[in-house]
Amino acid sequence: MSSKAYKRKLDIRSGCIDMSHGSGGRAMAHLISEVFHDSFRNQWLDRGNDQAAFDVGAGRMVMTTDGYVISPLFFPGGNIGSLAVHGTINDVAMAGARPLYLSASFIIEEGFALADLKRIADAMGAAAREAGVSIVTGDTKVVERGKADGVFISTTGIGVVPDGLDLSAEKAGVGDRVLVSGTLGDHGIAVMSSRQNMTFETDVVSDSAALHDLVAAMVAAAGPDIRVMRDPTRGGLAATLNELAQQSKVGFRIDEDAIPVRPAVAAACELLGLDPLYVANEGKLVAVVAPEAAATVLAAMRAHPLGRGAVDIGRVVEDDHRFVQMTTSFGGGRIVDWLSGEQLPRIC
Amino acid sequence: MKYVDEFRDGKLARTLATEIASAVDPAQSYRFMEFCGGHTHAISRYGLEDMLPTNVQMIHGPGCPVCVLPAGRIDMAIQLAERPEVTLCVYGDLMRVPGSQGASLMRAKARGADVRMVYSTLDAIAIAEQEPDREVVFFAIGFETTTPPTAVAIRLAARKKLGNFTVFCNHVLTPSAIQTILESPEIRDIGRVEIDGFIGPAHVSTVIGTQPYEFFAEEFGQPVVIAGFEPVDVMQAILMLVRQVNDGRHEIENQYIRAVTRGGNVRAKAEVADIFELRDQFEWRGLGPVPYSGLRLKAAYADYDAERRFAMTDITAPDNPACECGSILRGAKKPADCKLFGTVCTPETPMGSCMVSSEGACAAHWTYGRFRDLQRKQAS
Repeated sequence: MSSKAYKRKLDIRSGCIDMSHGSGGRAMAHLISEVFHDSFRNQWLDRGNDQAAFDVGAGRMVMTTDGYVISPLFFPGGNIGSLAVHGTINDVAMAGARPLYLSASFIIEEGFALADLKRIADAMGAAAREAGVSIVTGDTKVVERGKADGVFISTTGIGVVPDGLDLSAEKAGVGDRVLVSGTLGDHGIAVMSSRQNMTFETDVVSDSAALHDLVAAMVAAAGPDIRVMRDPTRGGLAATLNELAQQSKVGFRIDEDAIPVRPAVAAACELLGLDPLYVANEGKLVAVVAPEAAATVLAAMRAHPLGRGAVDIGRVVEDDHRFVQMTTSFGGGRIVDWLSGEQLPRIC
Repeated sequence: MKYVDEFRDGKLARTLATEIASAVDPAQSYRFMEFCGGHTHAISRYGLEDMLPTNVQMIHGPGCPVCVLPAGRIDMAIQLAERPEVTLCVYGDLMRVPGSQGASLMRAKARGADVRMVYSTLDAIAIAEQEPDREVVFFAIGFETTTPPTAVAIRLAARKKLGNFTVFCNHVLTPSAIQTILESPEIRDIGRVEIDGFIGPAHVSTVIGTQPYEFFAEEFGQPVVIAGFEPVDVMQAILMLVRQVNDGRHEIENQYIRAVTRGGNVRAKAEVADIFELRDQFEWRGLGPVPYSGLRLKAAYADYDAERRFAMTDITAPDNPACECGSILRGAKKPADCKLFGTVCTPETPMGSCMVSSEGACAAHWTYGRFRDLQRKQAS
């Protein structure tokens, strides 16, 4: 018996998600096939199993998972779909690993437009293909209207680390240099500018990008001399450096003049009372490297399109209090502390 | 960025630092109070203390509108937000300000109260228009800077005949607070707290002008320099104050000439005068009740007054007895003198309001400057 006889095409242009799309019945099968399989298309999904079986090369495996609940779902430079792919790839890549496979789990709110879902799925498929990574398994759930905010996506990533490489957060040592791959705060400001109650316009676009290729170039240049890498997402550079200071039991001394911030991002931060050091990035990395390898790694970064704006912003210092200290553009000193609560705008 | 970068120019600031160093009399101490949280923030954020001679000391004043709001007013706002028909619109700074017994608007929101963060009074008007079934209340706070936007919102609501928009008014006046500080026993009893001059407000002065401060120079013999909020502004103002002290002058000087005139913003002042009137007194955290320091809506705009519409009653809530916010706001103590500072009171769990806003003296010291305490401790 051919199932084609019962198949009714989804009205992707003007239809929307209803509870039947998560019920396990035919509607769900149509949704998965016409939206997700169509966008992600690969040999593992084509087999239609509840899991994917694949080969992994030699080396240690890395695995990470992340949930995406961004608002708004679409923003200049990307959408929740591309973000869900880039973000998880980057978490894998920060171990120096080559990302291979992703899973994707969707929680969709009843009433969500199918056209939007398709745009998101297409963006995921495109981001994965561009990165050479396959989305090999997934899950779809639908919840009643009001129980979610459009769509939430969770992705899990698996990758392989080359032999001899063991990047880790406790490895920053006194004297090591701190490198960042480019301008800070672009993603956060792009998202803020597209929030409904925001009445400022800016041409800043999100820096959302998969960084594993840049990482591979850095690893090829200096391999084990890279102590640790991290992508400064939520909480920005400030959170990342404070985490590393705690985990490595050191302090940091960074130089405000060296920290790259686009003028438009700096201007938006002025307007909103934000500090770019705390604003999220989705296509930048921070690397702590041995001092003797810093120039080599920096050159390798700058030779890559995603690291063209890479700079050395400071060094690891001994500090029993684990402070991240910054020499301000004035020559005075200040702490770059953890963010407390949400970064709230000042009013006067 | 134009009008910003030139006022954050490190080279210029270092030149000013050299000039300050050569201007000060080593035998004398200079204690200046910066009234505004904006100045406190700039001093801490750019590490200006490191650039000043040791005999020039900055005292952080009470000029952060969030910090001076007493716990009772927060409790009143929380009660209001807990009414099922009310949507309370607030500026972001207010969300974490502690009321009594650890209550805050953020916690009230988590428990189901409809509290929304807005960036402008106009956002609150828009919500009232879009959601006619909700009683939309704007939690108005701030000095003379934020009062005109509230006035505009009330006028707009009146013009649009918005029956579901009201304002919970907590606007306060800067000159009354400065006067209270100067008249406090700690300042008047010579030897307890010495203040040799004031850095006057930046944004507030764009509205009220320099004229209202002339009284302080005459009556209290205090030099005042109105200064912008950028670090170079602050350094220049300090130099101007040092020179006044050295010359024995007590004048009103305007460093912030790019934005401030003697008469201020006439139109904004007229708008405010039309809609608001003085309260007999208003409670400030740290200063207690200050006569003629707060505003309320005039009877003609009673329809837009949340205190009237919801028959709100005043709540007086004592601060944590160990909290030194009061003394800190009056310049009598420093954040590190408080037993709670950095122990139970941190930006994550603020006990007093000085720890909440980034402009509060405690939060600024905790966030940017606390390493100096540790360095001093290690050195001794």
